[in-house]
Amino acid sequence: MWIWLARRLAQILPTLLVLSFLIFGLQQLMPGDPALILAGEERGDPQVLAQIRAELRLDRPLYEQYLHWLGSVLTGDFGFSWRIRMPVAELILEKLPVTAQLATMAFLIGALIGVPMGILSAVRRDRPADWAANAVALFGISTPNFWLGIMLILLISVQLGWLPPSGYVPLTEDFRQSIATTIMPAFVLGTNIAGVLMRHTRAAMLTALSQDYVRTARAKGLPERVVVWKHALRNALIPVVTLGTIEFGRLLAGAVLTEQIFTIPGFGKLVVDAVFNRDYPVVQGVVLTTALIFVLLSLVADLLYMAINPRLRHA
Amino acid sequence: MSAPPALEVRDLAVEFATDRGILRAVDGVSFAVAPGRTLAIVGESGCGKSVTALAIMGLLPPHARVSGSIRLAGREIATLAPEERRKMRGAEMAMVFQEPMTSLNPAFTAGEQVAEALRLHQGLSRREAFARAVEMLAHVRIPDAARRARQYPHQLSGGMRQRVMIAMALACRPRLLIADEPTTALDVTVQAQILALIDELKRETGTAVVLITHDLGVVADHAEDVAVMYAGRIAERAPAAALFAVPQHPYTVGLLGAAPRLGRAAGGRLASIEGAVPDMARPPPGCRFAPRCPFRIARCAEEAPPLAEVAPGHASACWRAPLERILEAAA
Repeated sequence: MWIWLARRLAQILPTLLVLSFLIFGLQQLMPGDPALILAGEERGDPQVLAQIRAELRLDRPLYEQYLHWLGSVLTGDFGFSWRIRMPVAELILEKLPVTAQLATMAFLIGALIGVPMGILSAVRRDRPADWAANAVALFGISTPNFWLGIMLILLISVQLGWLPPSGYVPLTEDFRQSIATTIMPAFVLGTNIAGVLMRHTRAAMLTALSQDYVRTARAKGLPERVVVWKHALRNALIPVVTLGTIEFGRLLAGAVLTEQIFTIPGFGKLVVDAVFNRDYPVVQGVVLTTALIFVLLSLVADLLYMAINPRLRHA
Repeated sequence: MSAPPALEVRDLAVEFATDRGILRAVDGVSFAVAPGRTLAIVGESGCGKSVTALAIMGLLPPHARVSGSIRLAGREIATLAPEERRKMRGAEMAMVFQEPMTSLNPAFTAGEQVAEALRLHQGLSRREAFARAVEMLAHVRIPDAARRARQYPHQLSGGMRQRVMIAMALACRPRLLIADEPTTALDVTVQAQILALIDELKRETGTAVVLITHDLGVVADHAEDVAVMYAGRIAERAPAAALFAVPQHPYTVGLLGAAPRLGRAAGGRLASIEGAVPDMARPPPGCRFAPRCPFRIARCAEEAPPLAEVAPGHASACWRAPLERILEAAA
């Protein structure tokens, strides 16, 4: 177990190294010259451009730029944003909690709707409850987030005036306001997750419910509720947990469109702005952080997997 | 008057609606088992023996239509509400299945799974139930039961898993134990141990056992009574000794001929019954075995023979029983 954990942790570094190379490389393929953008009005002046390039090391060979960035990152220095003139690390630390809050809320909404709905529809397979759950899931999966977001703003904020249409208040500042500003985008993101989780929970539950051990549980005289929620669900959760972790990782990477619509200053908005501005250090920093989150989450997924699947614990 | 049998089944029928029409998997099956005795139900795959077992337990899928009477210690259970029926499972009647490898839940320890029935039916606390479960595991001769109780099914061998299943089934001392091919998936040496264990526990607790098998060797060694099933019906029902000595149904005769015996079959071909089991959605009229029967007469194809006594306690569903005359004539 501990050896396994050590081995998994040791894998993280090379993974990130390869990713850092990809991130840096792909960015070079983006059209557009950051110096031109930063020069603004003075873009016609070759001297200004040369000065900017020298300052940002854009005049150096690519491998040197890469190694310089990598070296700084390894010491914890993500560099400065070219545009906002702020340390990238600070920007990330400022936006990450926003996205984390939104992601957690969206995930909770998705899981609390999707998993029970999946169980219900598996138990009532081919009956009205199953059809209804499938219809809801289809709606969740196929409704574009931007459309649902706009509709919610129109209905709940504009027509009914129940919730603010946009903006963000940090949790630490005002709990109620914070929830009020994030509940709609979280719901928009959550419907999608709910749909995906419902479909997978349903499939996994149907498989579990047809297993011999479920028949054994019934033969023991256990009430159907225990058969479903304990014996079948415990096994059905194994694939669902993996999927859930991936979905959570996707949420943490930032919900670009949804954050734009609700003007939530999160990761998604940060990275999009950075890309448009060719703000390379920010793009690199954010994408690398996202990658790190993903790698760590997949480790968490594996740990959860072992917690619910004893067959892996002794392997 | 003697006590009622532990289990009495009368005119049990099970139907499934399928795409090809109504399939009668079990058709008018009747038998009884006394406390402390073993009734073996023998037959080929698909003859309805497992469906009969699941019908008794009330474990058939909801779309199955069950009719007839099932009495447990004199109490009619076929008409009980599902909730009442559920409470009897695991407490009054229990079942051990064919596949020990998949019949235990991989996510819970052996001890937890045995303890669950005790907590449910006897209201024991978690700790008491677990302690009892360890005792039960030791009782079914799992060595080092306290440690094994904390292990998961994948850490146990097939034989040990089946012992866990038996411990689970017998934890609440049921009146009836149904063992559906409990040893088919196990090694030969383990098979003998498991069957001996069931015999021993039966003697000890007075549990009635319904042993479902296709292995006539098992029947001879472990059952007092036998019911031979063919295509959803009972072909012959008799004390085991009588069935082996003077089989009264051509199908039983065929089965006995088809049973491999050490020594006798050496070098020779194994005998087999010609033809195949009938399509259960369209069974032949009359006797279902008639198309394969070497002794058939015109009547067999027209009229189904009732299960009738040919000797005390020995019943056969054959127009031509008793068969001795025909067999002698043929010899």
